[in-house]
Amino acid sequence: MAKFQISPKFQMSRRKFLTSASLGLSGIALSGCDAFDSGLGIGGGLRSFLENANGLTWRAQRLLAGRDALAPEFTEADIRQPQRPNGVTAPDDDTYKGLLTNNFADWRLEVTGLVEKPLSLTREQLQNMPSRTQITRHDCVEGWSCIAKWTGTPLALVLDQAVVKPEARYVMFHCLDTIEQSLSGDIKYYGSIDLIDARHPQTILAYGVNGKPLPVENGAPLRVRVERQLGYKMPKYLYKIELIDSFTAIGGGRGGYWEDNGYDWYGGI
Amino acid sequence: MDSAATSQTAEADTKNATLIYRQSRWTRLTHWIWAFSLFFMLLSGLQIFNARPQLYIGKQSGFGFNNTILQIGAENTDNGPRGFTEIFGYRFDTTGVLGWSGPPGQETPRAFPAWATIPSYYDLGTARVVHFFFAWVLSATLLVWLIAGLVNGHIRRDLAPRVEDLRKLPRDIVDHAKLKFHHTREYNTLQKMAYGGVLFVLLPLMIITGLAMSPSMNSVLPWLNEILGGRQTARTIHFTVMVLLVLFFIIHMLMIVAAGPINELRSIITGWYRTDPPAKHDQATERSA
Repeated sequence: MAKFQISPKFQMSRRKFLTSASLGLSGIALSGCDAFDSGLGIGGGLRSFLENANGLTWRAQRLLAGRDALAPEFTEADIRQPQRPNGVTAPDDDTYKGLLTNNFADWRLEVTGLVEKPLSLTREQLQNMPSRTQITRHDCVEGWSCIAKWTGTPLALVLDQAVVKPEARYVMFHCLDTIEQSLSGDIKYYGSIDLIDARHPQTILAYGVNGKPLPVENGAPLRVRVERQLGYKMPKYLYKIELIDSFTAIGGGRGGYWEDNGYDWYGGI
Repeated sequence: MDSAATSQTAEADTKNATLIYRQSRWTRLTHWIWAFSLFFMLLSGLQIFNARPQLYIGKQSGFGFNNTILQIGAENTDNGPRGFTEIFGYRFDTTGVLGWSGPPGQETPRAFPAWATIPSYYDLGTARVVHFFFAWVLSATLLVWLIAGLVNGHIRRDLAPRVEDLRKLPRDIVDHAKLKFHHTREYNTLQKMAYGGVLFVLLPLMIITGLAMSPSMNSVLPWLNEILGGRQTARTIHFTVMVLLVLFFIIHMLMIVAAGPINELRSIITGWYRTDPPAKHDQATERSA
């Protein structure tokens, strides 16, 4: 009895839903999607709801890939062109230009934050550590790909040397290049990954590409390679690695420069 | 004499035509979720494409060599900026739609125009949020449909091709060309091919090529890109399947209008469908016998 009373109501509301949905669709199409645009700003309710899918993607891919599944590696024959530079390709910052003039002799990689032994490493010290060389494909969020041979120090070795505190959850990379000039000052590139990706066997601090020292346009003296994620997760012109338990206080609080401008923190897809 | 017979038949048609319950609630619900999802996936996908409006063949994008098969762009000419689309080396002027578009006097270089993208302005990050949300919805719905369709017999009864479908195919093509439609409970051969093609070929291929573009999924399924011919080929296939789905949509809409939009829409909204009177079928059967 109750079933028969509920059923027509359900039919009606569903019909109403379909009608309003199709009206909504045509309305969106007619107004050139302006109506939809307004609800999609960072922090907006609609956007926050849609962004839940990113968390789902992150968890699903972590579940499938685990900690150590390797990104595909290629052969020398696949290196058919120089690594395509993108983003900032010639930092205009005085600090950077000063370091470059001296061929990075005064440059140091600082390892700070939630570590037992903060480090300050020269390029020679990094290069004297065990290295890893890998021919991998760089996938840009824009859609293009480029295969190159990267040589660098596994990040895991640097983290082991600094002894990460148990409460640390993320690695924040701080860079020397100004990516944006705003009223409140220059914004230098920053970005973060979690400790699983930081300790992944293919995650290296690269100082060489295609058998040569890393050139300025690709991030000299040091850039990150995180091979299971997109290019924006691999900062260039690195000078500081900070171990943190939360990135909410850094920049816009979404974990990186591009993340604060709307990209997903997880760049595995 | 002829006209009298026709009007008599028409009267008999209305009287004998029967409403049958043709589409289960699973079919209807999943149909509308797909329609909704594909709308947003298309428009956000075109926005994502705008970030790199070129398609390549192979593992990587050629910068030091040429493996580009499609490019949409803008260039300066003696007549001002023009939009162009280049496919396999053939270049077309597509000003106003592809490459260079916008309100008069405010045109900008962009591959797909503002009215075809979500958001309408350039915003790759937001387009990705929208695209991946609906990718989950679409995939989950496909799985629900597959399970429901196997359990309630929809796939076996309505979609699985039979030998007689092949026999009926030439006649079916002629009937469609003449816009002569038979309203029966069963799908005709071309319908089976179109729906089956979308659900068992195009949508799975879309999901597979989408996953093949994910660097993280490449570590889980490293062989996927090898089968597909490389990540950039996967991206090109992804785009091509989009074009095929849009073509399907256009034909789908034309067929609904031609076959009787009210009856067709009622069937996919309520499930109830008015079939042709059985008398007509008997005659047809007799004729063909």
